[in-house]
Amino acid sequence: MKKEDQLLIKLENIGIFKSNKWLVRGVSFKISHGEIVTLVGPNGSGKTTTAKLALNILKANEGSVTFNAKKVGYVPQNINIDWTLPLRVIDFMNLTNKISKEQIINSLKLTNVENLLDADMGNLSGGEFQRVLIARAIAGEPDLLILDEPAQGVDFNGEIALYNIIKKISDDLNCGILLISHDIHFVMSATDQVICLNGHVCCSGTPSAVAQNPAFVELFGKTASSALSLYEHRHDHTHDHDGSVI
Amino acid sequence: MIFEDFFIRALIAGIGVALVAGPLGCLVVWRRLAYFGDTLSHSALLGVALAYVFELNITLSVFIVSGVIALILIDLQRRTRLPGDALLGLLAHGSIAIGLVFISFLSFIRFDLMGLLFGDILSVSEVDIYIIWIGGLIILGILYFIWQSIFAATVSSDIASAEGMNPRQANFIFTILLAGVIAISIKMIGVLLITGLLLIPAAMARNLSRNPKQMIIFSSIGATLSVIFGLFASLELNSPSGPSILVASLMLFILSLLVLASKS
Repeated sequence: MKKEDQLLIKLENIGIFKSNKWLVRGVSFKISHGEIVTLVGPNGSGKTTTAKLALNILKANEGSVTFNAKKVGYVPQNINIDWTLPLRVIDFMNLTNKISKEQIINSLKLTNVENLLDADMGNLSGGEFQRVLIARAIAGEPDLLILDEPAQGVDFNGEIALYNIIKKISDDLNCGILLISHDIHFVMSATDQVICLNGHVCCSGTPSAVAQNPAFVELFGKTASSALSLYEHRHDHTHDHDGSVI
Repeated sequence: MIFEDFFIRALIAGIGVALVAGPLGCLVVWRRLAYFGDTLSHSALLGVALAYVFELNITLSVFIVSGVIALILIDLQRRTRLPGDALLGLLAHGSIAIGLVFISFLSFIRFDLMGLLFGDILSVSEVDIYIIWIGGLIILGILYFIWQSIFAATVSSDIASAEGMNPRQANFIFTILLAGVIAISIKMIGVLLITGLLLIPAAMARNLSRNPKQMIIFSSIGATLSVIFGLFASLELNSPSGPSILVASLMLFILSLLVLASKS
């Protein structure tokens, strides 16, 4: 079996019930090595909940999760480092794994923040913080990477830079990536599958297929649909590993 | 200078307590569990009363009662919708009230209530020294063993959980360790002030540290110095040991503020 074909995680008809309502229900998708799956949807549509179900942080009330990933890297949506905890970037990098200094520096280089090795976590800007979070998640060489709104607090150019980094990570590590974004106008072009969530799977498919799906248009309106497809059309080619257009 | 035996005993016991209080105090501060620590230590009064009734070892009895209160708290947090601080207050004042009522029934025993509440260096026996040092080493050993998991859970429970750790188990063990440190420090510091010995040296250490390890070391050193200065003061001034130790730690905290101010 080729490495690319190996299934990392599979959710089947998963649902979670809390405070008298289904937070999400009937969600299914799978991620294999080298694949990028993007979850989009409005606020409160259950994107983070779905990620937490996939990670077994939350327990599902129905459906099943098949989990084959050996090593997970997670960038959560919210992380708040209390002032009372003095924490440098280098301390944070070792949070869940013992990682060699060389590996730490390599990961920070990949996200272009190697100069922050000795900086205090509390003094980082929004963009630097997100890059350090991503560097930490990949430092342990995960086979499954889950990124919950990695571009939050980052301006538009920064967002593009981050997506390029994520693409590079996907190529370098050949890991599966689950990317969560509330930004429906701008989905990473390297995404293999977009899943539009609104408590349930509203629609799914390639970025262009999702943008033209009537359910998506109904949920987000025509502008979103045209913006998304516009973006897709600009990228109707693929890149080689060295960046050349195929 | 020649010291009485009781003073040497108090000093050895106090340093043992301080070395354990350093790292646990840091975790209490980082996890915002100051009031939780208070609740556990207030429940220690009930532990002491029960120790007299059933003729148990005080440290053991306090450890069990604090541990049980901690478990009840964790369970109640899941069951009720009361906010955390109200729940803690309920248990803290509830258990201290039950403890005091209990003690009033035991009129045949003469209680040194002040000693219980504020610590009494005269009460430290040779057996207590063994209990403190052996208990303390066990607590530090367990803490060392589960450090990565407990620290990761402190920074982000979600990351720890997602990346293969068990934050719930880490929290549970940490709670039991906290009950343990309260049990071994009750004679020296007293029921009312134990949390102070956890918090104040850690707060002082925060002002001087740039990374977690540094903070733990400074916190342990600060707690040890507080115990030494406090016990000497207690001996000289005939003041109760717990408050004297905490006054010493407060002075160190103020010094650390000055260091912080001079840096910036």
